[in-house]
Amino acid sequence: MDERVAKPGVETRANGANLPVAVRDLTKIYGTVTAVDHISFTLDPATTVALLGGNGAGKTTTIAMLLGLVVPTSGEVRVFGRDVTKERGLVANRMNFQSPYVDLPSRLTVKQNLSVYAGLYGIANAEERIAHIAGELQIEPLLDRDTGKLSAGQKTRVGLAKAFLNAPDLLLLDEPTASLDPDTADWIRRKLKDYARNRGATLLIASHNMTEVERLADRVILLDKGRIIEDGTPRALIATYGRKTLEDVFLDVVRRRGRKSKDGAGGETPARATS
Amino acid sequence: MTMTEAQRSGAEPILLPPTGLAASARRIGALVRRYLYLLLSSGVRLVELIYWPFLQMLTWGFLQKYLAGTTSPLAQGAGVLIGSVLLWDILFRSKIGFSTTFIEEMWSRNLGNLLTSPLRAYELVAALCLWSVIRLSVSMVPVAIAAYFLFGFNLLDLGFALAAFFAVLVLTSWSLGLISAGVILRYGLGAEELAWSLAFLLLPLACVYYPVSVLPDWLKVIALALPPTHVFEGMRSILLHHVFDARELWWALSLNAVYLLAGYMIFRRFLRSARENGTLLQLGE
Repeated sequence: MDERVAKPGVETRANGANLPVAVRDLTKIYGTVTAVDHISFTLDPATTVALLGGNGAGKTTTIAMLLGLVVPTSGEVRVFGRDVTKERGLVANRMNFQSPYVDLPSRLTVKQNLSVYAGLYGIANAEERIAHIAGELQIEPLLDRDTGKLSAGQKTRVGLAKAFLNAPDLLLLDEPTASLDPDTADWIRRKLKDYARNRGATLLIASHNMTEVERLADRVILLDKGRIIEDGTPRALIATYGRKTLEDVFLDVVRRRGRKSKDGAGGETPARATS
Repeated sequence: MTMTEAQRSGAEPILLPPTGLAASARRIGALVRRYLYLLLSSGVRLVELIYWPFLQMLTWGFLQKYLAGTTSPLAQGAGVLIGSVLLWDILFRSKIGFSTTFIEEMWSRNLGNLLTSPLRAYELVAALCLWSVIRLSVSMVPVAIAAYFLFGFNLLDLGFALAAFFAVLVLTSWSLGLISAGVILRYGLGAEELAWSLAFLLLPLACVYYPVSVLPDWLKVIALALPPTHVFEGMRSILLHHVFDARELWWALSLNAVYLLAGYMIFRRFLRSARENGTLLQLGE
């Protein structure tokens, strides 16, 4: 595994064609607030990458732009070589998405919901696929229950079942284990890891859960105030900052930047233990 | 097509092509199935669909029965009141069907899932239109049958014109539905009230219960620019004078084409605006 820490904001590939994700100079401004500020990165096939950052760092907006839910103010987002703003329909069935902030209709049973989404994603062997995923995620006993009557952990598993339906090559996850107990969260992480490994899929996870990121991610993109301030493997970042955990690195980076902002010197990369 | 063992067992999905008419039809069908599941999930919802139009029909039917038994000139308008109520309900119920189905996606916080799936915006609109007609049929067919048995009013007496009236009213309801859906997308559920009240804006202007001739001249121009006005005028002409003016209906259909196109463009514009403003991220929360 490449242990280097890439220079923030610089693409690792000159041509993003056919890469799962190629983001170039992406910016999103809401009124006077810059949510994402000229970021560029690419995601290689079969990698799990975490978008890490505090509240308001720009993680969700970045993911939303990759999904086509938010239109960039400037810059470009390509998924499998296609411009998402204009050609999302051509690649949408190779992607999927899960977030605890988006629900499946509560009055439909789990099976009905999965069957509707199988239709939307164009899955010809829907029945077999649903049965298979239900087995994988241990939701068979839930299939005939109303989705709205499930616990948070069960809902997350069902949401994940919807996200796995089309066996996406690119899976985008926004805080996939938020509000779950440690045991359920650990189980979900294992499933995500298995999925990424077995299918060779690319996962992009927006999170501020450091344990999750350390356990799942091959690479971390650290965002602060809409900018990429670090980009590298978790181990490389920990080594670079001379810390024990990614959480320490995160706190170090964000607090130093916070102090510099107050001193009027914001926007710079914080001092590293090694350079 | 030969399936691999992994596809037979469901370990591997068989993904159909995402583009083309068949793909669109499949996605529209999936969404309509979702709405059907929702309707069938609650007996109360089913009853509610028939309850209000039935009450309306009863109220106006008895009023008409009373008037028919008096010497009032209004008695000459036999059938007109019930006809007006039933036709107005076609417009109103179709609009409500379109809007509630759309709002339901926001209440259930499902819009994010839908808009990140391969579903296109025009397919969402097509599914809403199709569902509004299905929902309308569930609602109006039993009420129209009840009107025949209770008051001897046969909606089918309108003949071919009924199909044309139905088309004009449903098309108008879609235009209104598209505008309210667009506004809600852009401004969130705070604008929900618009979805309920927009159709009522037409009630005085479309001359549902009275002829256009009673309006002041300046208001007549506005009334005649609305497709439903021609439907209600046409209905009165058939029931009172047994005359069907096809030109009026062509005019109404032409107006509808303009309004529908405008409604769709407004919806697309608001959807674009919601994507620009990031409001799709907060919908339903």
